[in-house]
Amino acid sequence: MDIVVCIKRVPATDTAIKIAADGKSIETNGVSFEMNAYDEFALEQALLIKEQLGEGTVTALTIGPSLAQKVMRDALARGADKAVVLTTDEWIYDGAQVAQALATYLQANPAQIVLCGKQAVDSDNNQLAGNLAARLGFGCVTEVTKLELADGTFTAERDIEGAREVVTCKTPAVISCNKGLNQPRYANLKGIMKAKKKPLEEAAADLPAAAMEIVSLELPPARADGRIIGEGVDAVPALIEALRNEAKAI
Amino acid sequence: MSDPYKALDFYNVDDLYTEEELMIRDAVRSWVSDRFMPVIEEHNRAATFPRDLIPELGELGVYGASLTGYGCAGLSPVASGLICQELERGDSGLRSFVSVQGSLCMFPIWAYGTEEQKQKYLPDMAAGKLIGCFGLTEADFGSNPGGMLTKAVEDGDHYVLNGSKYWITNGSTCQVAIVWAKLNGVIRGFLIDSDTPGFTGKQIKNKFSLRASDTSELVLEDCRIPKSQILPGIEGIKGPLSCLTQARYGIAFGVIGSAQAAYDEALRYSQMRISFDKPIARYQLVQNKLVWMASEITKAQLLCWKLAQMKEAGTMHHYHVSMAKRNNCWMALECCRIGRDILGANGITDEYQMMRHMCNLESVITYEGTHDIHGLIIGRQLTGEDAIT
Repeated sequence: MDIVVCIKRVPATDTAIKIAADGKSIETNGVSFEMNAYDEFALEQALLIKEQLGEGTVTALTIGPSLAQKVMRDALARGADKAVVLTTDEWIYDGAQVAQALATYLQANPAQIVLCGKQAVDSDNNQLAGNLAARLGFGCVTEVTKLELADGTFTAERDIEGAREVVTCKTPAVISCNKGLNQPRYANLKGIMKAKKKPLEEAAADLPAAAMEIVSLELPPARADGRIIGEGVDAVPALIEALRNEAKAI
Repeated sequence: MSDPYKALDFYNVDDLYTEEELMIRDAVRSWVSDRFMPVIEEHNRAATFPRDLIPELGELGVYGASLTGYGCAGLSPVASGLICQELERGDSGLRSFVSVQGSLCMFPIWAYGTEEQKQKYLPDMAAGKLIGCFGLTEADFGSNPGGMLTKAVEDGDHYVLNGSKYWITNGSTCQVAIVWAKLNGVIRGFLIDSDTPGFTGKQIKNKFSLRASDTSELVLEDCRIPKSQILPGIEGIKGPLSCLTQARYGIAFGVIGSAQAAYDEALRYSQMRISFDKPIARYQLVQNKLVWMASEITKAQLLCWKLAQMKEAGTMHHYHVSMAKRNNCWMALECCRIGRDILGANGITDEYQMMRHMCNLESVITYEGTHDIHGLIIGRQLTGEDAIT
């Protein structure tokens, strides 16, 4: 069973984001990048499936600059067998564009299971799984929190509004992974040592023209300073008044 | 709340490490943040070691990480040093646990043991399924270990050991003890399984320092072990001292972690704490303190980096290690004292980690060669005159 995990390199979650001079992208100087947190669940699930089946390969796939190799090394250290960076210097935003480039790779290098995070924590677009499955003609289950595989069919659970949904899906399929699916493993030290001997390939991304573009990007307004309304019991009515009519919190 | 720790790297020392060494450092750093930091204060209060984390550390691969084969990771000197740094950022007790397991127990088995001994102990020790302790120091023989009273005598196919050891990390937790004892007047290493009749480990209570660490007394009363349990490859005081060189190397790196934790906490506090309507980081005296800490940490990082290069090249001598161990323990302890001062009264509670690290470092500056003894080792090298005895 060949499993591909689509991974995005995103700014570390504790980054103080600054808007770049063009007003449409973020300043990447001094920003450290890491594996998208939801993709960690996807990678872990791929490794679990491989361990369950006792055979197969797990390939980590990403699109981005050559610098994305660092995140791919992390995937290899955690247990992926092989990693591929589809390189581009463009700052890609359009989910359809990403899906097309990944689909082109996957048509030439077929996989039975494609796993990805439910969304990237930087752009929160939530577009990849559906876009990719449509292009590959695969089944698609999104935001799964439990996944079991038997005889080429998945049983997946999804948390939907007020309920838990159980669905089945035949392979080949694209599955997007949600928090709760598993507990991603740490890269252990032997894994890190092994990672440098594993194949890490680069190929130019075959990118179609973008249909979407970012027009502008701005930071949320700075939070206003707090205000002390008064002290003690006497201040309570004024506090309730402010919470009700000003903050509209109660 | 997630661990807000940010390490200082004022001189871009990270540029000196390989990508792999940085990955290893970051893997251990994340583990400490996620798994250890949430529980350390409780364990420190209760004076317990978080034993449930022992197998996880094995899974991570930190035990005997610089050794090759037998399930060990075979890492570079820089990488194994950085592991100690990250562990000690959590707590000196955590780093001590790992140092004792790797440098003091696995190392002598790996270097001086028989193939049977290596097969019997090393893979399980690397996995954290079997814990070791190192019995050298005695209650009356600290800086002068060669004066030890513990003795072994031959009795047919066995050795019989009698004596006691003191200040033994993991002494009550271990399944195997490496005990150094005199056989016909010569110091030899013995592997004693902890279930051997006549072997007992008793915890030393009421410590102010290394509270989250098992520190014990070992008592050996007619403890009979098969002759196959002696380490055949080494005789004399150089046996235990060679282990200590390995462990001191780890301490030199490790305490940079304590100093980093102190600096990070002091910096963060100074930016938040308002006094006379300004954050205290805006006052010259506070800045001067932070600058001192940052400068000393940077110097210590560079000292250790060069030490690691010498270790890699095979040109590192024990006196080089003495300088790094001595300097870095002192600077780390000073960083905690200065950091505690920046924290004012808040610094005396365990809401902050400053005093936990400070108290730990009082042990770390003392064990594995005191500050003064390391001074005399360096002095002997510089002058050719031995002032220790």
